[in-house]
Amino acid sequence: MHGFRRRFAKVTATLEPMEATLIADLVDQVRQLLAQRRQDRPQDPLAQLTGITVGPADTPDDPALARLLPDFHAEDAELSAGLRQLREPELIEAKDTAARTLLDTLPPGGGTVRLDEAQANAWMTALNDVRLAMAERLQITDDDEPAAVRADPDGPAAAMYATYRWLSAVLDSLVAATMD
Amino acid sequence: MISSAPAVEHAEISDEVAQSDPPWVTIVWNDPVNLMSYVTHVFITVLGHPKTKAEKLMLDVHHKGKALVSSGTREKVEADVAKLQAAGLWATMQQDH
Repeated sequence: MHGFRRRFAKVTATLEPMEATLIADLVDQVRQLLAQRRQDRPQDPLAQLTGITVGPADTPDDPALARLLPDFHAEDAELSAGLRQLREPELIEAKDTAARTLLDTLPPGGGTVRLDEAQANAWMTALNDVRLAMAERLQITDDDEPAAVRADPDGPAAAMYATYRWLSAVLDSLVAATMD
Repeated sequence: MISSAPAVEHAEISDEVAQSDPPWVTIVWNDPVNLMSYVTHVFITVLGHPKTKAEKLMLDVHHKGKALVSSGTREKVEADVAKLQAAGLWATMQQDH
């Protein structure tokens, strides 16, 4: 693909079949991560009765989930725990909705993607969530190649890093086309 | 119609509240993943900042490690943090002492 371009009120790009499959798989993996986190919710009968969903108070153990769902306060653990219980369910839903919008507007066998402004923003969120999760797995800490890639330039981490960099270019082109 | 007298009282109460309760601020932290273009875009679309301000704040995050991107009541800042986190930025809130 050659990146996103503006065509009148929409932004468009043409994806190869393999590119469409890759994006769908990665976005689906993030959805599965978020679904796992949903299962950590306390089973509170009162919450079920009132219809108010309460999230877990603890920061996720999985670093990728912890990066997708950060603490609300850098130092005040008590405040962060309270706000996480209150806010995390809606945050998960917002990310999942963005992921589903991407999957609904992605041609399964590849082809041309045409996005309005709201759909483009959903794509950005979903692609960026994939990048955030991948960066934790690859232990990306700065602009340099991660250690696992340097250690084995032909290994699985290198392939994952190449995909990460490709997604960065796709996202950058989408942002640029939207701001045109 | 609201008469002027209660409005004055209300203003005095607001001042007291403002003095005893410092405003909250939204902080965005630098991270090695988020693209400069995307962070600028989020500051424009989520916080409603003009492009020049969004770019300045993005550069502050990039060069200084963090930037104060919005402020207000606890409820407003809490909502801003939630929206920025939903977009994937590393945002936190704190009280501005």
